[in-house]
Amino acid sequence: MNSLSVYLVLGAVLFSLGLFGVILRRNLIGMLISIELMLNGANLNFMAFNRFLAPEPAVGQIVTLFVMGIAAAEAAIGLSIILALFRRLHSINVEQARRLEG
Amino acid sequence: MNSFLTSGLIHAAFWVVVGLTFGGAVLAVFPRKIVYNVLGLIVCLSGVAGLFLYLGSFFLALMQLLIYVGAICVAIVFAIMLSPPLHLEVPKRRMGKVVLSAGASGVFFVAIAAVIWKTVWHPAAERGADWSIVTIGHLLLTRYDLVFELISLVLLVAIIGAILTTGFSRRLSS
Repeated sequence: MNSLSVYLVLGAVLFSLGLFGVILRRNLIGMLISIELMLNGANLNFMAFNRFLAPEPAVGQIVTLFVMGIAAAEAAIGLSIILALFRRLHSINVEQARRLEG
Repeated sequence: MNSFLTSGLIHAAFWVVVGLTFGGAVLAVFPRKIVYNVLGLIVCLSGVAGLFLYLGSFFLALMQLLIYVGAICVAIVFAIMLSPPLHLEVPKRRMGKVVLSAGASGVFFVAIAAVIWKTVWHPAAERGADWSIVTIGHLLLTRYDLVFELISLVLLVAIIGAILTTGFSRRLSS
């Protein structure tokens, strides 16, 4: 249970599921949820390396904290863009948002 | 005997947490109803918080619960309630797209898993044992000072930008 590769495979699975969701979903909120999954996979990797390999155990935790802060900012901006788009198009399907397509 | 039982219990709990994380992630990606996705995301993020506990960081587990489950998931739920996409009809999924995206992410996963399996990981020569929150606080205010301030600036800009984006779009459309 306590081996590095278990956590790394877990992080890789989370990231791949998030990637799958980003490609598959057409619902913008669904895509945002998948991006959160990908960020969590990366976080898990940072924490695993921090626990098993890193010389200073505090640094990985700090990087994970920074990723969480960025994720919060990204969620706020993304959700406000989704709300603005919904008011314009009455839909949150990405395939409807093609006004800039040319 | 007792310690054996305890370690077995901890071991079992680890796999339960892993199962919660997987189940939540699957639930967050596959169903087409967005509310189930958010529920799955909450379960998955709580599972990741449990994994952080196993990785020895109680502080990060609490932060995970506070920031992700407490803030981001609640914000997503608010966005779902403000824009009623639940009543819109959900377009059917095309089978080809499902297969292609599963193939793409599968190739990615296989590549990463091969790298994990092939690499021989060496721990650092001398490893500190300082996990405490005090050290994290000291490092945040000394060595990572600039990054810390930049993160706060980014968050401030994000908040103002979110307010402006939603506010201006309302004014323009009405």
